[in-house]
Parts: sequence; structure tokens; C-alpha cells
Amino acid sequence: MDKVLGDKKAISVFVLPAFLVYAAIVIIPLFISAYYSTFEWDGIGEKIAIGLENYRILFFEDRHFIKSIGNSLTLTILTLLIQLPLAIILALILANGIKGEGFYRTVLFIPVMLSAVVIGHLFRRIYEPNFGLINVFLNSIGLGKLAKPWLGNMNTALYAATAPIIWQWIGYHMLLLYAAAKSVPQELREAAKLDGANGIQRAFKIVLPLMTPVIKICVIMLIIGSLREFDMIFTMTGGGPAHASEMPSTLMISTLFSRYQYGYGSSMAVFIVIECLLLTLIIQKVFKTSDVTY
Amino acid sequence: MSDTLAVKMRREFSNFKFNPGNMAILLFLSLFTFIQIYPLIYLFLFSLKSNNEIFLGNVMGLPETWLWKNYSRVLANSDLPLYLLNSIIVTSATILLVILLGSSAAYAIQRMRWKLSKATLVIFLLGIMVPYHAALLPLFVILRNLKILDSYAALIIPYVAFGLPAAIFIFTGFFKSVPYELEESACLDGCSIYKTFYYIILPMVKPAIATIAIFTYRSAWNELMFAVSFISKKAFKTIPIGLMSLNGRFVTDWGAIGAALFMASLPSLLIYLFLSQRVQDSVRAGAVKG
Repeated sequence: MDKVLGDKKAISVFVLPAFLVYAAIVIIPLFISAYYSTFEWDGIGEKIAIGLENYRILFFEDRHFIKSIGNSLTLTILTLLIQLPLAIILALILANGIKGEGFYRTVLFIPVMLSAVVIGHLFRRIYEPNFGLINVFLNSIGLGKLAKPWLGNMNTALYAATAPIIWQWIGYHMLLLYAAAKSVPQELREAAKLDGANGIQRAFKIVLPLMTPVIKICVIMLIIGSLREFDMIFTMTGGGPAHASEMPSTLMISTLFSRYQYGYGSSMAVFIVIECLLLTLIIQKVFKTSDVTY
Repeated sequence: MSDTLAVKMRREFSNFKFNPGNMAILLFLSLFTFIQIYPLIYLFLFSLKSNNEIFLGNVMGLPETWLWKNYSRVLANSDLPLYLLNSIIVTSATILLVILLGSSAAYAIQRMRWKLSKATLVIFLLGIMVPYHAALLPLFVILRNLKILDSYAALIIPYVAFGLPAAIFIFTGFFKSVPYELEESACLDGCSIYKTFYYIILPMVKPAIATIAIFTYRSAWNELMFAVSFISKKAFKTIPIGLMSLNGRFVTDWGAIGAALFMASLPSLLIYLFLSQRVQDSVRAGAVKG
């Protein structure tokens, strides 16, 4: 038995294919990106080594990039302020055992199944200035003067493009949080009930604190997802108009494949990786100090 | 096994009692459910309308005549069938390879005895934190040098590599709970380690395979960033980038773009309709970040 399970050849046959593919495609390119980011390079000609110059430009000269970071932070804050509380409330309501619990949970999750590209195109139609759902609706209730080209307007593009991102992922976080709420032992709820706690008190004083580990996961995924956001913005606005809804990811793609600044684009990629890593660590720290156990 | 949506709805509502105390909560839930589902109903309805009908003011209502020919029109006059086929090829190959490579690597890591197994697992799990952005340009350059940009492999290989960490994470969890007696008896019967794995261990973790298949399906079917960067020829475009071209082509044709969007989503919706519980389980299993 030990001999069979310690068979070096079998271990290599099992592990090496996966490991080689993974190392070559995921790990090594990470370092190549960091390497590329120290060059000025158009992808075809000579690479010119310029040290950390790309990063200096990135942080101190590139208005569009700074703007894109601001936009991604706006998106992050909006998802934290809107998406997360809604997901928590829905999860608490459903986990409390309402009639039709499974039905609501199943339906609320449907948008998660669709691709962001489909949803992006759908919302482009919803926002369409002349015949789109929103403007037609505003006209029909006499608020026609509020109608505007939502995605084409510098002031509204970012928020209009943010709405479907929030809309799509509510069900996802609701589902994770629902499972967490469900796993709170029934005895705890019963005991609180006997002590005279009403439904809302039970939800917020007993269930919610025990959901902290999953809330932490949701917060991390929300933040990382927002900072990396690409699909929906690329589909809906491409970052426009005039960079109004630009994200670091969309700017990186246009820097790489429209402007052929391979070195500079790589420094954006490295920034996105490090930014996400740092924020993950910070969130872990923040939640560590507030862990609850009973 | 998981119930279909229809069965579940019937069961959930069969003993529905009106409870005035819950009115506010029910109202909130209903409103929310409506918000989450209405855009899709709106999509389905305009996919069956003509431009004339929409321009004359029927934006929200039911179609006057249900124009199913919008669907046949798109299928006959556009490349949507090609994009669907490409997506099916890329997605199924990705799922197969992720399961094959992921399960065998996870098996060796979790069950077999070697010094670096823990370290290998840690290295694999680190990959969950790496975004596509980090690998995008180096991969593009590598694929360009190998002259395999614009090919199925240009998408399948990266999707497999990025799918492996989560798959290995889920598989190792499942392998942990398989009793060692199984391998011992197989070993005494003189079964080779390969056969033991393939015929005895793997069938024990079918739920893990299903979970990973669904998880991988969602990411491969919907992936945009690699597809948009590595594929420019029509012949290899998958659904997400194909829809971009279709949207350009049908920009003034509401019914056609609606039909295309709906058909592009149909596989996902069908999977969810029949396997909703499995899908929800797979999402929970895949939420491993942090």
C-alpha cells in the first residue's frame, strides 16, 4: 500500500501535467508582466529599459489612469453600500424561513447565470435614449425632462454602468450569505425567541454576528471584483464617454491593444494585482480584530 | 438529486398561507424579485417585437404579434450559430481538461505520499488570487510567437490553467472524505494506481465533478477579456465577443439583437432550470477567495 501511494512515477503522471500548464500560464506570466513593466516597448521593436519610469508616469502624470482608479473606487463603494446590505437583508429574510423561500432564492440568483456581456447589451437597450425602457417610462409618468442618454452623458455614464453590475451580483452574495445564515444553529434562535427577542432582533443580534466570516469573504470578493471590473464596462461604454466610466482594466486593454504601449500597459496590470492583494490583506486584518464566536 | 424549478415552485407554494404580519417583508421580497427578473422579461418581450412596434410606443407591453421569426432570422442571417458552436467547443474542452488534470493532481496531492505535496497545494491555491489581467500580455506574446492566436487552443489552454486552482481546491476537499479502505482493497486485488484512481476513486466524487463542471462552465462560457484579446478572426469567436459584432450589425434592429441575446443565454438558463440546486452548490463551493 505505502509503496503504491508513494510511487514517484505515478505521482509525476498525476501532478505534472496540471502543474506545468498552471505554472506556464498563471505563475510565470505574472513575473513576465512585472518584467515587461520596466520597459518602453511597442511589442515589435526593441525593448528600452526604463526602470520604474512607467510607474512614475502612472501615478504622477496619467490623468486618465488616476481617474480610472477613482472610478473603480466609486464602484467599490457603491457595491459595498448598496449591493452588500441588500444581499444581507435578503439572506436574513429568506433564512428566517419564509414561505416560498426556495423560490425566491432561486429566482433572485438567475441574473448571476447570465454573462455580463449579455446583461451589458441588455442594459444598453434599457438606457437607449429614444426607445429604451427608462426614458420611455420617465416620459410616461410625466418626468420626461429627466430623460437623458444615460450612458452617453459624462455625468451619468459611470453610475448608469454601475447599476447593472450591482443588479447582477446581488443574488450571488445573497446565496452565500443565505447559506451562512442557515447554518446558525436553530437552538440559538429558539433561545433568543424564548428570551423575548423579535424577528428583527434575532436577525441582527444573533444571526448577523455569526455570519461575519462569510461577510468577510463577500466584502473581499466585492472589492476585488470592483477593482478588476472589466466585462460590463467594456460592453456598455468601453470606458467612455471621454473616460467618464474608465476602469483600470479597460484602460489597460486600450493601452495594450490600441496604443501598443506594452511596457506601460504591463505596469497597469501589475498595479491591479498588487492593489487587489493589498486590499485583501487589509480586509483580513480588519475582520480579524472583529471576529465573533459564541 | 436536485429538483427542477417547476417542481420546487409547486412544493413551496402548495401550503402558502396568508400572513398579514409578514406583509411588509413579502412586499419587499416581491418588489426585489420583480426588479431582478423584469429586465429579462423585457428582453424576451422585445426579442419578439418589430422595430415599428417599439418605435410606435409599445416598449413595455406584450408583442402585438409574437415575431418568432426574429429568432430564425438571426440564426439564418448571422454568425450566431458559429459563435454558439465555438463556445460549445471551447467550454466543453475546458471542462473536460480541468476535470481530468485537476482531479488527478488533487488525488496525488491529497492521497499519495510525497514530500512536496503540501507545498504544491499551496502553490496551486495561490492561483485563485491571480487575476486574468496579470497574465494577459505575456500570454498574448507567447501565443503570438507560437502563432496560435486565433485558435481554439488560444482560449482553451488559458481557461484550463486558470480553472485548475479552484478545481483542485474542491477536489482535495472531496478526496479527503473517501475512505482509505477502498484503495487498500483495490491494491490487494492487484489493481494499478491508475486504474484504482480512474475506476474506484473518481466515481466516488461525482458530486465534485458536477460542481466543478458547472463552475468551469460559467467562467468559460462568459469569459470576455482573453477572448477579446486573443481572437480576432470570426471563425473562432465565442459568444461574448460574437455578441459585440452582432450588436454592431443589428444596432438598429431591436428584435434581432433581443433574439440573439436570449439565444446566447439559453444554455445557461436551461442548465439553471434543470440543475438549480447543483448550480447554487457549485457557487458556494467556488467562493473560496480570502
